[in-house]
Amino acid sequence: MPSKRILITGLSTYWGGRLAKALESDPDVEVIIGVDNEEPSVELARTEYVKVGTQHALLRRVVDAAEIDTVIDTRLVVDSATTTPRKAHENNVIGTMNILAACGGERSTVRKLIFKSSTHYYGCEQDDPAYFIEGMGRPHPPRTPIERDIVEAEASVAEYAERSPRVAVTVLRFANVLGPDVRSSHIDLFRWPAVPMILGFDPRYQFVHEDDVVHALEHISQRDLPGVFNVAADGVLALSEVAGLLGKPYAPVLPPWGTGLAAGLARRLGLAIPPEMLAQLRFGRGVDNRRLKATGFTYGHTSREAVIAFAEHLRLHPLLRSDVEPYRYEREVEEFLRRSPNVRRPAPRNGAQPASPSSPVERYEDLSAVEILSLVDSLEEQDLRALRDYESDHGARVAVLAAIDSALGRGKASERGLGA
Amino acid sequence: MAESARTRLSVRESEQPDGGPASPLPARREDLRRHMPGVEPDRRLTDWGRSERIEGALDRTLVEFYYRYWFRAEVEGIENVPATGGVLLVSNHSGALPPDATMIAKAIREEHPQPRPVNITVEHFFKGYPGFSMLLPKIGCVAAHPANVHRLLYDEQQLVLVFPEGRKGTEKLYKDRYRLRRFGRGGFVEAAMRARTPIVPVCVVGAEEAMPVFAQLTLLKRLTGLLYTPLTPTFPHLGLAGMLGYLPAKFKLRFLEPIRFDAEGMHEDKGAVQSTAHEVRARIQENLFEMVSKRESVWFG
Repeated sequence: MPSKRILITGLSTYWGGRLAKALESDPDVEVIIGVDNEEPSVELARTEYVKVGTQHALLRRVVDAAEIDTVIDTRLVVDSATTTPRKAHENNVIGTMNILAACGGERSTVRKLIFKSSTHYYGCEQDDPAYFIEGMGRPHPPRTPIERDIVEAEASVAEYAERSPRVAVTVLRFANVLGPDVRSSHIDLFRWPAVPMILGFDPRYQFVHEDDVVHALEHISQRDLPGVFNVAADGVLALSEVAGLLGKPYAPVLPPWGTGLAAGLARRLGLAIPPEMLAQLRFGRGVDNRRLKATGFTYGHTSREAVIAFAEHLRLHPLLRSDVEPYRYEREVEEFLRRSPNVRRPAPRNGAQPASPSSPVERYEDLSAVEILSLVDSLEEQDLRALRDYESDHGARVAVLAAIDSALGRGKASERGLGA
Repeated sequence: MAESARTRLSVRESEQPDGGPASPLPARREDLRRHMPGVEPDRRLTDWGRSERIEGALDRTLVEFYYRYWFRAEVEGIENVPATGGVLLVSNHSGALPPDATMIAKAIREEHPQPRPVNITVEHFFKGYPGFSMLLPKIGCVAAHPANVHRLLYDEQQLVLVFPEGRKGTEKLYKDRYRLRRFGRGGFVEAAMRARTPIVPVCVVGAEEAMPVFAQLTLLKRLTGLLYTPLTPTFPHLGLAGMLGYLPAKFKLRFLEPIRFDAEGMHEDKGAVQSTAHEVRARIQENLFEMVSKRESVWFG
């Protein structure tokens, strides 16, 4: 069952914003509501933003009022450098609990829950397998606060899935993300002139490109795929290989013993190495990604291609630093754009065309034949057909009909051309 | 550095829900084999971290020297190693820095009509020890995790070499030479049965004399955090390089006839697993004694 009425938690996070943008262009999605305690950081056309507290206590009322069928939770903090452990715990454990409570209950309209998690769930240990499989679970109890949070959050999601057989619960465990726009500790690490490593270790790393993250979330929202899926691109690279692809030397500056102390020193120098990353720099991690691929998902980038794309961005970045004002959310403006009767909105494009034969082009009556002819080229096939029907019912101008017919023919021809 | 946990070659993993009959997911995990990642020709390492460049450089120099001139390895029964598909090579083990694994890999590369790279399973310990952690994957060593062995055997159809004696084999002293230790808990048989790949038993004679171990130095082991610190003719008084100080014993390698497992689900049968493990051990032991009894000189064969 494809999702129609979607609620995104963590709208102001990078992933929430990207996902909302991507879903907006899907005509099958009727409603997108985003909740967060901060204002969205990207400009959104039809997503509605609702401000809720950190703990998502009032979420239940939003879900029920909007008859949400799908909740996509993109809010999990998986990088302890971005916030304090306390805030992360509040968000990851208490927040998840409240979101699950908002989706529970006998009368709930929620049929699908998509939970964005991380491969930090597995941890990094000496006796790990080279590829973690979804069913494996953690071989050892978590060692760092962020891993503890992730394991705890996933445990409550699993419990929710067990209690609610009617809801398709999907957990996506994402590998380290790379991309020009996203921020993470590893990306900050790769921005340094050399790639710091622990002396005597060359860990295996698997990445996923930021676009693939959004695509994977979309992919799941269009299907019913309960269960856990690893999301990591094909190919596992050694860190030295990553450094080579980035065109940087690797610097084994961290000692193999007393690494924690050295990391503390590095933090003073401005290089934040959170504890979960320290474990990964030592032992590395690979995950098996075949389960998601078997559902028909294809990755846009391999791990290697993701690194290369990121390296290209790093080289171009100093030239492209633009002085475009970053987007700022203004409640009044957004409200005006969404609510005011004075705003002209494009007619709804999905199957729910009004039954009365109204014109697909606004103020069609006022346009002259010449103006219509210049318009015809820019229209989609669906609109062209509607326009043709409308024209034959109303004016039935021969020149206009002929132009529409030829445009329709062109569309077919180009489609055939593509097919061949 | 903490001592590594005991290496096991059997594992249980919980099954994931397949999502019902309408789900696009295959019913069994085994069917995911066709979704294996493709090979990127521009890469210098494999997904396991193996580097053909480093391996090749070592192979042409150090390994070549030891194989051809120092140990003068003699190989029989190489035709028992199947040319295609996954194969589990099972061998006896000895020596502190065991030369047997490298010599078996080299023998296949040199003598086999269709040579293939051998994946050598090693203790998890090495992944946690600086230096080893970096080097060993580059030359084709893989941690002896059951999931790793299964992926290599079943999904990638490769050659995997295991030493079921494990540490008990490399720790044993010179006086116990050529007497096989216990073969773990039969995890290697389970791995082969699960992947439905043949087991090829391998006997190596000469490795015990190449690096005789007179004692285990427990104090040094504590101090260095190494897996084992034996007293050999060259170690520890010549330092870590002494680990490579092999005596020029004559090496003889014998590949025995493969044991095949074609039926599905055999690995569930603990009895069959145990009896097969015993059978493999007995065959290697028998052949070892025979090879040693025919040997006229330790140094000249």
